[in-house]
Amino acid sequence: MSTSTQTQGSSAHSTGGAGTPGATSKRTKTGKAARESRTAGTKPTTTIIVTAILVIVALYFLVPVYWVIVNATKSTEDLFGTNGFWLGKSFQLFSNLGDVLTANGGAFPRWALNSLLYSGVGAVFACYFAVAAGYALAKFEFPGRNAIFAFVLGGVLVPGTATALPLFLVFSKIGLTNTYWSVLIPSLLSPFGLFLARIYASAAIPDEVLEAARMDGASEMRIFHTIVLRQLVPAIVTILLFQFVAIWNNYFLPLVMLADEKLYPITLGLNNWRAQTDRLPEFYQLTVGGALLSVIPLAILIIVLQRFWRGGLTEGSVKG
Amino acid sequence: MRSKSAPWVLMAPFLLLFLFTMVLPIIIAIVQSFLTVQRTGLVGEDGAVSRFAGLENYLAALTNQNFTDSILRMLAFGVVQVTVMIVASTILALLLESASARWPGLFRAAYFLPYGIPGVIATILWSFLYVPGLSPIVDALGWVGIDVDFLGPNMVLWSIANIVTWTYTGYNMLIIIAQLKAIPADLYEAAKIDGAGPLRVVTSIQLPLIRPALMLTIIFSIIGTLQLFAEPQVLSSMSSGINSEYTPNLSAYAYAFQYNDLGMASAEAVIIALAAFILSAAALGISNRLGRKS
Repeated sequence: MSTSTQTQGSSAHSTGGAGTPGATSKRTKTGKAARESRTAGTKPTTTIIVTAILVIVALYFLVPVYWVIVNATKSTEDLFGTNGFWLGKSFQLFSNLGDVLTANGGAFPRWALNSLLYSGVGAVFACYFAVAAGYALAKFEFPGRNAIFAFVLGGVLVPGTATALPLFLVFSKIGLTNTYWSVLIPSLLSPFGLFLARIYASAAIPDEVLEAARMDGASEMRIFHTIVLRQLVPAIVTILLFQFVAIWNNYFLPLVMLADEKLYPITLGLNNWRAQTDRLPEFYQLTVGGALLSVIPLAILIIVLQRFWRGGLTEGSVKG
Repeated sequence: MRSKSAPWVLMAPFLLLFLFTMVLPIIIAIVQSFLTVQRTGLVGEDGAVSRFAGLENYLAALTNQNFTDSILRMLAFGVVQVTVMIVASTILALLLESASARWPGLFRAAYFLPYGIPGVIATILWSFLYVPGLSPIVDALGWVGIDVDFLGPNMVLWSIANIVTWTYTGYNMLIIIAQLKAIPADLYEAAKIDGAGPLRVVTSIQLPLIRPALMLTIIFSIIGTLQLFAEPQVLSSMSSGINSEYTPNLSAYAYAFQYNDLGMASAEAVIIALAAFILSAAALGISNRLGRKS
């Protein structure tokens, strides 16, 4: 990351910007100062009470994850026969996970790859399109720009159902339902991303820099790809992550669009397995193991990225 | 020198996608909601024709007891769940940002973790803790003589509320924390010099200044409540309390894909969207009025 990006990041931070390394360290410093100014006179008993409350709340948020970890190690018999918060008599985590990966002819790895494809490709392109449009709305004067922005913002408020059902009709007319495209194409749009990009671009890109580049004879597209994208790195990471999670978590759209199990993302596939537990109890173990496998990558991602992510949340929300 | 077409070139992919996947479907939904399909022949074997139905679908939706029940159910759900969640998010944010909190980063990550878990997977996880025989919680409550059926007709709505609260509390908390961090330190200094205690700092400085973040989280939560789908849909196979029209969204889905009544499904989708707009606008209006008073 270039020095210019870092300074940019931290100067934008004072107006609510996000997470380049420079910005993060600055935030911690100001955070500490603010904290110390409030620390004076804090009693140790208060600290103990507050921490105790925080621990109890943490237990609530972690209990389903803990349950799934413990029970992924059990046999089906132990799953029902032993206490759910403690290990069973046998430890068969690895054979369970092996079953998850091979059941239905490797359906689970396929669903995982599908999810990765929808979320990865969708997030990258949605982010690129949203940033280009957000930058255009922030930095160019042209008739209709406020109308376009208002229009797009209205789109953020429209519920997914209102569009998913008619979109199904459109796609079935042109023969796109039950294909990868039917889930991918709607995922390429991120009105929220445009919203974030516009706010960040107007704060983080000085007009002088653009003017200087134009003086030097750079084309608008070259300016966008070489200068603007670099300045917007914090916003880009935020939009990417948000869109990735949004597509990863989406259930309604693929449920409406897809009939073929081979095209399912992990959410639909796992629910399919769960629905079979009524008749076939061995699917319980598959569902538990599959749930564990699908939680772990995102859990790691969130723990690693939450420092970075937190800053990004500031922009769209607080200024809104 | 500055090319007039540049902004349009930059916006073109976004706008095309917006028109195709957002505007066009909304127009189709609105048109569809005014149409009704008439089947000819005894069992519809002679084909079907669409005809203009005026407000028939809307009247049918609004007089459909199941649909109005589902809306009232979501109102009750929203009043309780959104309130609990926003209050919890605010308290957690204030505690984590207070001087007394230890390891705030660790707790923040733990609370935010559920946001990364899809609603379907979250529901599957919690269903393990709801189902008698699997759930250690049901067992434990049974030992002390409390029989709870988390999936019973009276309980299941609140079991869903628990899943939604579990998923989104940490997310809302982060939005509030972001705004708490933006409060300038000298305000705290000034309050300390004036002799304000911690409670006074919360009520006079922190709460008024995080109002925009609170409004944002409330509006997003209202829209989310109206759209509730995955959680009740997944639990419906386990609970006798959930029918195919349990939430407005489930109802629209059922009319489109089970009853093949697109007019009705579209009318319901439009009503849901309008309700989301009206409730969000009301929330904004209340917020602005409060802002002017203070």
